[in-house]
Amino acid sequence: MTCDHCDKPAVVHEVIIKDGQKQEVHLCEEHAAEAGHKIPVQAPINEMLTQFVSANVPGGSKKRRQGAKCASCGLTFTRFRKTGILGCPECYKSFDKQLGTLVSNAHGGGTHHVGKQPTGREGLQERKAIRQKLVRELDDAVASEQYERAARLRDSLMKLDTEDVPGKPELED
Amino acid sequence: MNLNKPEPIVGGSGPDSDVVVSSRVRLARNIAGFPFVNKASDPQRHEILNMVRRCRFPEKTASDMIWVDMMQATPHDRQLLVERHLISKQFADESSPRGVAITSDETISIMVNEEDHLRIQSMVSGFGLQDAFGSIDEFDRQLAESMDFAFDERWGYLTACPTNVGCGIRLSVMLHLPAIRMSNELDRVKRAAQELHLAVRGSHGEGSEVRGDFYQISNQVTLGRSEEELLDDFCLKVVPALVNYERSAREKIMDQKPELLDDRVHRARAVLQHARLLGTDESLKLLSRVALGVCLERFNDLELPDVHRLFLQIQPSHLRSSIGDPQASDETLRIARANLVRAALSGTG
Repeated sequence: MTCDHCDKPAVVHEVIIKDGQKQEVHLCEEHAAEAGHKIPVQAPINEMLTQFVSANVPGGSKKRRQGAKCASCGLTFTRFRKTGILGCPECYKSFDKQLGTLVSNAHGGGTHHVGKQPTGREGLQERKAIRQKLVRELDDAVASEQYERAARLRDSLMKLDTEDVPGKPELED
Repeated sequence: MNLNKPEPIVGGSGPDSDVVVSSRVRLARNIAGFPFVNKASDPQRHEILNMVRRCRFPEKTASDMIWVDMMQATPHDRQLLVERHLISKQFADESSPRGVAITSDETISIMVNEEDHLRIQSMVSGFGLQDAFGSIDEFDRQLAESMDFAFDERWGYLTACPTNVGCGIRLSVMLHLPAIRMSNELDRVKRAAQELHLAVRGSHGEGSEVRGDFYQISNQVTLGRSEEELLDDFCLKVVPALVNYERSAREKIMDQKPELLDDRVHRARAVLQHARLLGTDESLKLLSRVALGVCLERFNDLELPDVHRLFLQIQPSHLRSSIGDPQASDETLRIARANLVRAALSGTG
């Protein structure tokens, strides 16, 4: 992603919600410095992540933001903002909305895992391919205002996402 | 703990070893059904430790694996492991239940209960990321048959810090870049690395300072790209480009300022051969110049691995081990360091 003011790569990404309107700001190192952002040349990645989280929590009141809490381990999103460390695997589901943009920006735009699967999960590759196809079709349906078809595709996606994930076979003792 | 017996990975050998000291691949894995380490109770951390100790390691490594219980390890032993890049400083300093498994050739180590339940590392001398990845990938597959890793279809391998989520892989190479630094071109390298989403750090990773012109370059992206794509980027583009850059800078200095180069490398060796007190930082700086001199054939009586071995042997805990005094004072170490280096470099020069 390039800077809003020049062609250099953006290193600062801000999402500002004002009067219910979302505005995205992307700045290169130089323009970020001009705008008063402090960007260390090589900050430890955890530090950069923490800065990003602190600066870019999407919308909502302070109380509402603090309310986001993982039901499994009890970690609050506020606490995550301070440490950059999650409490348990379930946190990824609990903070799904907040983590989406944040993680994608930290990974150069990556949003989904495309690498190796643990042994016994190879069937997931097929599910992933089906999912990608459904998402593409849903986008097309929405773009061409075929809302009934879009609703069917959305239901198919929801069904796919809530189906049991095939796990690895039980191990013998 | 006797870490003097196995030959440590010191660099100076393997492909492109004039610039690439060592190559490392690290995988972050967590066991399903447990909170991440920072939220886990001590009994849970013990359980994780026991699960890993009970699991079936690949046959060829299981028989010669050394287990170190960090709760029992002395501060001296912990520091030895840090100096050898087998554990992180953070891991050495913690006081909770944790352990590390190390193969006898030190090519594979597994930290249990660091930031993630498992941090599996493979390390080789020189530019050998493909080899390091090959052995760790197989190791990881076999571990996954003994335990269920926390994994999500969208996010991939779930890690305590979202900066590792996805493949959970960190590829890194330790580079010796004295000529790039002498040419004042390091900032250009750092900027280019930043644009490629790579981190440039000191020799001991995150938060460590740069010493002896050693820089660790690693990937920051782990989500949205496969292990093979990341590996191809590193092996075909990033590392060859940096190696060529450093070699060009060395040639340029040899062509344009041969006296400056000769003065620096010979002066460094002279100080090291005659000093009676040496600190770690000063030794690293001077040895870095001697290593450059060896690469540029300024010293016919020295081999690169011998100089790289000194980089490890002059570290405080290794020095304390070699003189048999884990409590040796800094002053004693400065004397011992000077004696060690003087003896090692006592060729004709």
